[in-house]
Amino acid sequence: MSQMRSKVITDDEAIATIESAMTIGIGGWGSRRKPMSLVRALLRSKVTDLTIVSYGGPDVGLLCAAGKVRRLVYGFVSLDSIALEPHFRAARQAGTIAEPVEYDEGMLQWGLYAGSLRLPFLPTRAGLGSGVMDVNPSLRTVRSPYADGEELLAVPAIRLDAAFVHMNRADARGNAQYLGPDPYFDDLFLGACEPGRRFVSAEKIIATEDLLTEGTFHTLRINRSMVDGVIHAPNGAHFTTCEPDYGRDEAFQKAYVDAARDADSWKAFSDRFLSGDENSYQTAVSSWRADVGTAKGAST
Amino acid sequence: MASRRRDGEGGVDVSESPALADVVAVACAEAWRGDGEIFASGMGVMQMLGARLARATFEPDLMVSDGEAFFVAGDLPIGGTNKTVEGWIPFRSVFDTLTGGRRHVMMGASQIDKYGNSNIANIGPWAKPKAQLLGVRGGPGNTVNNATSFFIPKHQPSVFVPVVDMVSGVGYDRARKIGGFIAKRHDLRRVVTNLAVLDFATPDNSMRLVSVHPGVHVSDVVANTGFELTIPAEVPISRAPVAEEMDAIGRIDPRGLRHREMPS
Repeated sequence: MSQMRSKVITDDEAIATIESAMTIGIGGWGSRRKPMSLVRALLRSKVTDLTIVSYGGPDVGLLCAAGKVRRLVYGFVSLDSIALEPHFRAARQAGTIAEPVEYDEGMLQWGLYAGSLRLPFLPTRAGLGSGVMDVNPSLRTVRSPYADGEELLAVPAIRLDAAFVHMNRADARGNAQYLGPDPYFDDLFLGACEPGRRFVSAEKIIATEDLLTEGTFHTLRINRSMVDGVIHAPNGAHFTTCEPDYGRDEAFQKAYVDAARDADSWKAFSDRFLSGDENSYQTAVSSWRADVGTAKGAST
Repeated sequence: MASRRRDGEGGVDVSESPALADVVAVACAEAWRGDGEIFASGMGVMQMLGARLARATFEPDLMVSDGEAFFVAGDLPIGGTNKTVEGWIPFRSVFDTLTGGRRHVMMGASQIDKYGNSNIANIGPWAKPKAQLLGVRGGPGNTVNNATSFFIPKHQPSVFVPVVDMVSGVGYDRARKIGGFIAKRHDLRRVVTNLAVLDFATPDNSMRLVSVHPGVHVSDVVANTGFELTIPAEVPISRAPVAEEMDAIGRIDPRGLRHREMPS
């Protein structure tokens, strides 16, 4: 009998396949179920000049703060409960993102969907008449060949060199499961990516036969043909949501935003949380939480 | 006249003038009047309160969401978690629904012009903004696909501008230029602010003053609008909530979050 092939690797092994100037798609939405352990591993790497495609949250913020983003394809960047992402704002206001590509949220979905279907484009009305057309002069329209003759925006396919998504559960072969309220567009990020660097991090890696004890079959949106590497990443979406395993760490997110106010506090934050590997990060977060708890206790 | 209880203020009965937040809640709710069985989507506390208030009172067929991924039945309080789910509306279904036109969204806007071109993306030049905001988000798709209204908490000339810095939401002039389906279906309904209610019911779909909130003068609105408004000969006062509406507002916003958003 042939051996089942395990795709389980580490964050750093996944990131070792990434080269400068690649295009990376990052799943999740805003500050929700982001593959943060992979993003943190990417921060530790030397790669630069990246194109990042994301429904942006702190993933985009951190990569901007680290100066790794040359081109950014986005519809928004937000922390949800805190509307504006401080590092993304700073990068845009300083003009350090060389090539911002700002799309409507639906256009971004369409670009990824076209990419995953191997179509050159998909037509839509979203974007027409808006500033998106003004700031993306390479966008083209296409005329319906039918009686209506309507002119539509042809959203160009987005193809990715690498894709990172974070899921609640996965088996070792890459069948992956979301247990929260929204699949977001993670399947499209994986679909739009060339085979080879399609990475799924998961809260728990479980036996295949346990997948349906965790959730209904509806939760199995990602199958192993869409995945090249599986990373065991408990608390890997921190500080973003990973319902139902955990919610957003609002206090930590606030600390992240506060730390972005000036270079000194950002350096202190980076030194404390981002200077080591994922284990150091998780340990530093635990000790921060204990400190905050103590401080709160002391003040009351 | 029924006395009005202002929740979040210790249940004190006040029978004099209604709180601004309650007038604004009703003005927001009125945006969805007549919409029937569509997705009433509110981006923000006042917008969400408006949608749920409309559904709780005069527009019972509306669908409202929990702000996450579910349609909810009943009067779910804002921020409430004890929900009766009646449907699933993850982001991709939101996109499907809005593209199908079965949605009326009330958004915010950092800038808006005479024809309803709106901006939530950035202030200053897009290439290197003075202030980067959210990005265009779903504004472009919303405004060419489904009905769109706006809630603007501070009516001032820096928001009501002659030209927006980035068109994240398409106004009537741009929609007309596109023509065809978009020009025909383009539907910006109303703009609710801390001062007034406005709409686009003029021959050229430029902005018109509909009503001023109690205590606000037409001249206040004019002074705080950076372009010329159409002003009817008679400008009514925005209506106060009726008792049934105050009861619903109390159920939907028991913590009085609206008063923080819209202080009197």
